[in-house]
Parts: sequence; C-alpha cells; structure tokens
Amino acid sequence: MKRDILIGLGLLVLLVIISAVSGPYLLRLSTIVLMYIVLALSWNFIGGMAGYPSFATAAFFGLGAYTGAVVQTSGGSMYVAWCAAALMTAVVSGFLGWVLLRLRGHYFAIASFALVEVFRVLTNSMTDITGGGMGLNLPVPQLASVHAQAVFFFYAMLGLAIVTFAVTLAVSHSKLGFGLRCIQQNEPAADILGIKTTLHKVVAFILSASFVAVAGAVYASWVYYIEPPDVFDIMYSIKPIVMVLLGGAGTVFGPIIGAVLYLSLEEIVWRNLLQVNTGALGVLIVLLVLYLPRGFLSLKFKRLRKKVTT
Amino acid sequence: MTLLRLTGLSRKFGGLNALTDIDLTIEPNEVIGLIGPNGAGKTTLINVVTGVHPASTGNVVFDGNDITHYKPYQVARSGIARTFQIVQPFPEMNVLDNVAAGAMAAGGARSVNDARNQAMTHLEFVGLMPFADQPASALTLAMRKRLELAKSLAMNPKLLLLDEVNAGLNAAEIDQALKLVREISARGVTILLVEHLMKVVLSLCTRIVVLHHGKLIAQGEPDRVIRDPLVVQAYLGRRYADTEHPNA
Repeated sequence: MKRDILIGLGLLVLLVIISAVSGPYLLRLSTIVLMYIVLALSWNFIGGMAGYPSFATAAFFGLGAYTGAVVQTSGGSMYVAWCAAALMTAVVSGFLGWVLLRLRGHYFAIASFALVEVFRVLTNSMTDITGGGMGLNLPVPQLASVHAQAVFFFYAMLGLAIVTFAVTLAVSHSKLGFGLRCIQQNEPAADILGIKTTLHKVVAFILSASFVAVAGAVYASWVYYIEPPDVFDIMYSIKPIVMVLLGGAGTVFGPIIGAVLYLSLEEIVWRNLLQVNTGALGVLIVLLVLYLPRGFLSLKFKRLRKKVTT
Repeated sequence: MTLLRLTGLSRKFGGLNALTDIDLTIEPNEVIGLIGPNGAGKTTLINVVTGVHPASTGNVVFDGNDITHYKPYQVARSGIARTFQIVQPFPEMNVLDNVAAGAMAAGGARSVNDARNQAMTHLEFVGLMPFADQPASALTLAMRKRLELAKSLAMNPKLLLLDEVNAGLNAAEIDQALKLVREISARGVTILLVEHLMKVVLSLCTRIVVLHHGKLIAQGEPDRVIRDPLVVQAYLGRRYADTEHPNA
C-alpha cells in the first residue's frame, strides 16, 4: 500500500509540473484527462472490482451536471452545487442499484444502458427545471482571466481525481474490496460464505456514481452551458470502460494508465488521421483487447526488464 | 439441545415435489449420512436449509432460531457452512485468500490481515499450506475439495453440510478426506454429509437418513437402515427387495 501511495504521489507531481509549464492547449487536455481518470476509477468500483458491466456512467455524469447546474442557476455557489450533485446522485444510485443489481451479466448491462436514455428523456421533458432541449446557462465563474479559469478547473479536477484515487486505494485494501473481488470471481460462493453481496454491490454502485456526478458538476461549471445530448452522451459510459479494460480491470492504477493511454491515442490519431480517426482508434482498441486482454498492467515488466538486460 | 430441526419441510419446483414433508432433527456432535438414489432431493434439502431455495412450506429451526426465511448469507452467519458437490472456488484469487474469504464474512475477522492469519491455521489443517500463494484454479480436484473444506471451516460453523466431498476422488484421496472429516467431527462440529459411497457412510456416520423421491423413508443406525426393505427397494427395485438379499 505504501508503494501504491508513492507511485500515486509521483504521478501527481508530474501532473502539477505539466500544468505549471504548459500553455492553454495542454492545460485543457490534462483537465479532460483528469476528468476521465475520475470516470474510469469510478467505473472500476462496479465494473472492475465487482465485475458488473455498468453502462450507467453517462446517466450519473448527466445527473450530476444537471443537479449542479440547477443549484448554481438558482443562486447556490459552485461548491454547494458540487456537493449537492454528489448527495443527489448517491441517493438516486443507491435506490437504483438496490433495484438493478438483482440482474446479472448482460441483463444488468442493458438495464444500466437504459438508465442513460431514461435520464436524458426525463431531463429533456422537465422544461421548467432543466430548460429542456434549450439547455441551461450557468453563471460565468468570477475569475480574473480566461487562463485563471482554466487553471482553477484543472486543480478542481485534480483534487477530485486525488479523492477518487484515495478512496479506490482504501477500498481495494479493505474488507469491502475483498468482498467485491469475491463477488466478481464467484457470486453464489461469496453468498454462501456469508458475504453480504447485495450490500457490497450497492455500495460499489454508489461509489461508481458519486464521483462521476461531481465530475459532471465540475464540468458544467467549467463549460457553463449544458444540454441533454451533451452531458447524457453514451460515450461517457463507453470510454471509461475501454480505459479500464486497457489499463487493467480491478487494479488500482489500471484505470489511470488506461485513461492517459486512451486519450493520448485518441489525440494522436485525431490529429494525424482526421478523416478516419474513429476507424483507426477502433482498430487500435481491437488490437489491444486481442493481445492485451487483461490490460496494460498485466504485462510482466520484470520479465521484460530481464530480457532487455540479458 | 437439538441443533437443527426441520418440521414439515417441503419444496416444490412447479409441479415437481422435490421435498415432501420432511421431519428431521440433528443433535450436536452427530455425523449424519444423507443417502438416497440420484434425484432423491439430497442437494435440494441442503439448498433449502442454507436458504438458496426458500422452503415452500414447513420450517427450519437452527440453534433455537427460526431460519426458514433467512437469506444464504444470514444462514452462513448463523453458523451453518456447506460445501458444494461441484467445487466453487474463487478461481483467480490465491488459495490463502479463498480461505480468508470464509474467515472474513461468517468467521467474523476484523480486517483482511486478521482473516488471512485465521486462514493460515485452516490451510495448515487441510494440508494446503505449500500452495497458499497459488491461484485456486491451479489446484487438482482433490486439493480443491480440501480447499472447500478449509473455506467452510474458516467460517467457524456449528453445523457443516458436506455435499459429496468424495465424488471424483480416487481411493487414496478418499481416505485422506475421511481422516479430515473425522478430525473436524472430533473438534465438536456437527456434520451432515451427502454421500454415495457406502463404505464412507458406514465407517463415519452415527446415523443414516434416507431420502427417496423427496420423502424421508428411513433413518437410524447405519447397519439397521441399510437392511431396511424400503431402502433396498428404493435403491435396487422391488424384485430385488422381495428376494431379501441380505448384503444389499
């Protein structure tokens, strides 16, 4: 665990240096990377540790964004809005998890997928509160300059990513994490050993939703205009899954590495192959999944180093 | 005091009566052999007691508490452990953590480390210590059966339900398994074992219970029960029972 914390701190220092020396492009890119790190770490609780393939990430991202936006437009401060987003989503996801987590495998995946559509349609139709299809304008953050804004939201996302990582670390070394791993491996066996499977899964689901919701609320404050197709975009569900699988599901660092790797690839491919960028990215993902099915972290680094030195 | 009391226990799957009106009591420190032809309802009985399938009617009282409507994890926490006919390890976790899982949930360990420490003693007991850091999927069937035993022992059970621990083992492995079951019984754990091998049943059990078509047709001392015409008939057919073959 000590080693994990050290590696985490190293990554952190690296990120802060990047932000300090970089221009607006890199700053914005690393803010987005941090946001996806939060999303990937969150999905890891339910998808990686518990083994329940949830597609609900976008639903909670949108719910968080809209909760935050509604609080802010009705006069609440940004920080209040972010906390409200976390609370609201924790309650909603707790209830939904208690219902949905009775389903397993594909059935759970489809049900969680449907959540995104349901939430989007609801938001679209509740025009009085959410502005419906017209979207919501948030108050522009009162900061000195455009650059100061960018720096502020970089650190906001960084803070959130650190909290999410710290919780991941704590959970993976706790009885909760142990129980989740048992559920992922063999749920009936975990049940018969006396593990409270439903409670474990609901807690994992709440964890997987709450940080995502705060990320959504921070995102809303950052771009200060949101509309349903933007924040309930299904890509917010799919990308974190690809990232976690890329990095190593159920591990502590896998989601972080996966997020950085995926977004770097996406950026490089997009820049160089504008016409066929999604196609090229798709091929890359297929190759990675075929040849590294257990993620980047499953590479035997020690053996690799031996090969290099001998 | 009676440890487990089943009264009028029935379980239906649609129109099929898998268990009909079972009355059974188990006293502390007994080793009970549950036998019966294939499809008699032996595993269903275990599943109903452990809450995997809820009882259709009747009730289950364990250690003074009515556990009829308990969920599997509650049954486990109340002191009933079981093994499965088809072993159920956590394949990618190592052997030590497999056992620690039992210690953590029902065994009442305070932390992951505590659970691993408790798991060590149980691994030692079943002789799997040399494989502690191997993934469970790397074990042979005989070792996996012992792993199942260690997992259930880690739960500190008062009652252990063993569902065919010897199925698929060779003669030497069966002898080892028998030795373990005897030692567990000597520790004061009450055991109910489902078993097809008569040799095992006769050498281990203090009492035999016979199920046939979901009904309890005989119970009592091993030697007497296997001569019971009803039991012979259930296993070998009426014609065979009528000839009163003594060594059936």
